[in-house]
Amino acid sequence: MTKSNERKLTIARAMAEAVQQEMQVDPSVFVMGEDIGALGGVYGNTRGLLEEFGPERIRDTPISETAFIGAAVGAAQDGMRPVAELMFVDFFGVCFDAIYNLMAKNTYFSGGNVKVPMVLMTSTGGGYSDGGQHSQCLYGTFAHLPGMKVVCPSNAYDAKGLMTAAMRDDSPVVYMYHKSLQGMGWLATEPGATVHVPEESYTLEIGKAKVARQGEDVTIVSLGLGVHNAIKAAEQLEGQGVSAEVIDLVSLVPLDRDTIRASVAKTGRLIVVDEDYMSYGVSGEIIASVTEHDISVLKAAPKRVAYPDVPIPFARVMEQFCLPNVDKIVTAFDSMKAA
Amino acid sequence: MAPTRDEQHWMYRNMVTSRKFEETIASIYFEGKTPVFSMADGPIPGEMHLSDGQEPVAVGVCAHLNADDIVTATHRPHHQAIAKGVDLDKMAAEIFGKATGLSGGRGGHMHLFDADVNFACSGIIAQGMGPAVGAALSRKMQNKPGVAVAFLGEGAVNQGAWHEAMNLAATWNLPFVCIIEDNDWGISVSKEDSTAIANNADRAAAYGIPGKRVADNDPYAIYEAAGEAIARARAGEGPSLIEIETYRLAGHFMGDAEGYRPEGEKDALFAKDPIPKMRGKMIADGVATEAELDAIEAESAARVKAAIKFARESADPAPEDALTAVFA
Ligand SMILES: Cc1ncc(C[n+]2csc(CCOP(=O)(O)OP(=O)(O)O)c2C)c(N)n1
Repeated sequence: MTKSNERKLTIARAMAEAVQQEMQVDPSVFVMGEDIGALGGVYGNTRGLLEEFGPERIRDTPISETAFIGAAVGAAQDGMRPVAELMFVDFFGVCFDAIYNLMAKNTYFSGGNVKVPMVLMTSTGGGYSDGGQHSQCLYGTFAHLPGMKVVCPSNAYDAKGLMTAAMRDDSPVVYMYHKSLQGMGWLATEPGATVHVPEESYTLEIGKAKVARQGEDVTIVSLGLGVHNAIKAAEQLEGQGVSAEVIDLVSLVPLDRDTIRASVAKTGRLIVVDEDYMSYGVSGEIIASVTEHDISVLKAAPKRVAYPDVPIPFARVMEQFCLPNVDKIVTAFDSMKAA
Repeated sequence: MAPTRDEQHWMYRNMVTSRKFEETIASIYFEGKTPVFSMADGPIPGEMHLSDGQEPVAVGVCAHLNADDIVTATHRPHHQAIAKGVDLDKMAAEIFGKATGLSGGRGGHMHLFDADVNFACSGIIAQGMGPAVGAALSRKMQNKPGVAVAFLGEGAVNQGAWHEAMNLAATWNLPFVCIIEDNDWGISVSKEDSTAIANNADRAAAYGIPGKRVADNDPYAIYEAAGEAIARARAGEGPSLIEIETYRLAGHFMGDAEGYRPEGEKDALFAKDPIPKMRGKMIADGVATEAELDAIEAESAARVKAAIKFARESADPAPEDALTAVFA
């Protein structure tokens, strides 16, 4: 693709385009959630859909997450392919039963005879002082519970392909998008997420990680916004003569352990960057995936750069203190060298 | 039941204080956030939900409450907090994320907690219900006086937690009052598009308790309805439900372009602004003179100015304080 053919989209627009194209070819796809109609979604990821498809297929819901996410499960089991939005992942508490006991388990309970082909999309992440009920990632919470695929794009190209794949998947897919990557000006936006997106419909394989940057000396594994911090840290490390490889997980479930292991086998060092809480989470899972497989590949103890185990504070100085950032990743590498 | 002269002065004072507070917040909020609106920047980062227009609800209800009574508020809490007597300096400092704030900057605007006056918040829709009902239960079990009031938006009463907690309060005959602020909008979705019935007070029938709808954002009618419900609760006669027609004069949050509002709706709402209306009525009724109300307004403005100054001049928390206060 030459530069002149580049069509840069934000993740929000890429998500909306994927849904639009799939709705055009598949009448069973419909969208429901809070403020996804006239408003086009708080994060802009359903913009334009109401105008094209009308309120029958683009349904604003009451503030009733238990009901409409449960209803998505029922509709999915009955031949539809709903895309339901949970506006902030932090709101999962009011509707989690519908998610992890129904959406995620009905296929298993039916011995595979009932399919739940739905997408649950939800926003994650903080960094803009929205307080402890509106800033969490909770990646580990969703990935921990079996029966749902979990994906998290770091750029618009992946966002479109993942969304199309998620809508076509016969299993429930939790699609977690980071607010700072949506390309909404008002949210501390990471420009690196806005990339070329082909016009035609395409899918990305769910369960496949990407090598976002090649390197030899250390593997930095991350997802979502963390990938951008990891790449910036890798660039900084390059200035110190260190060659860092960055793995973008893309999917948490299934988790592409092979790609991670292959990278660490090459570099011998592992740093995991995760904006979710440190303990019992993604960072521990990645490290276990490597060490329980073959600890001998490691030249140093692995490091985690994750959110400390505290609720997310409102005040900017406190929140920024807690969040993973480029400096913390570089420091993590330095401490590995010292050890 | 009508508010006394003193109560009317108190109500007017708190309405004006709330309005001035929000006007000041609004004037500061965009500092550092422009030219391209960035929510993260400026002295007041994060989302900001203003309650301009909804002040009559807070004062009409809280006129009947004292510091011992319990209030759980929503994501739009400032008017309720002010009417409940939350410390204005500490509240302002909290909204600015300062060390002197109610929680030292941990909670922020949607999570204001003032234990001195039994005030709490949640930014999760309808999740003030359980704690308010639980506080009412606690008072009953301990044989202690006091009522618990949960404030919610009309959008929130479609939440499961609302229905479950209403049933619990009614079944256990608790000293609890649910106040619904019906401003017609849940972000961009109108009440008509989200709620199967027009009058949420009718839902009281499902729990066998009294339900009442108050029209037109009228502080006097709100005072009366809340007074009856709170008196019932205090007398051990159980919970009540009140839905109040009110107006949200601002967007859902600051920065909301409000494209969903029908043309002309805002102008009509501003024409019904409850503050000048109450002022006119107090003067017409001979309850207050122009000069007295001017003085109240000036005092409120000074009070707000001092609180904002306190907030601005307070120090930031130490970054590492983020790691403290997780456990008791
Ligand atoms: C459980 C949950 N779902 C969704 C939201 C997002 N949200 C915040 S405010 C709001 C609208 C609330 O409407 P209403 O209850 O009428 O109160 P108002 O904003 O009008 O004061 C929504 C959907 C939330 N905070 N919590």
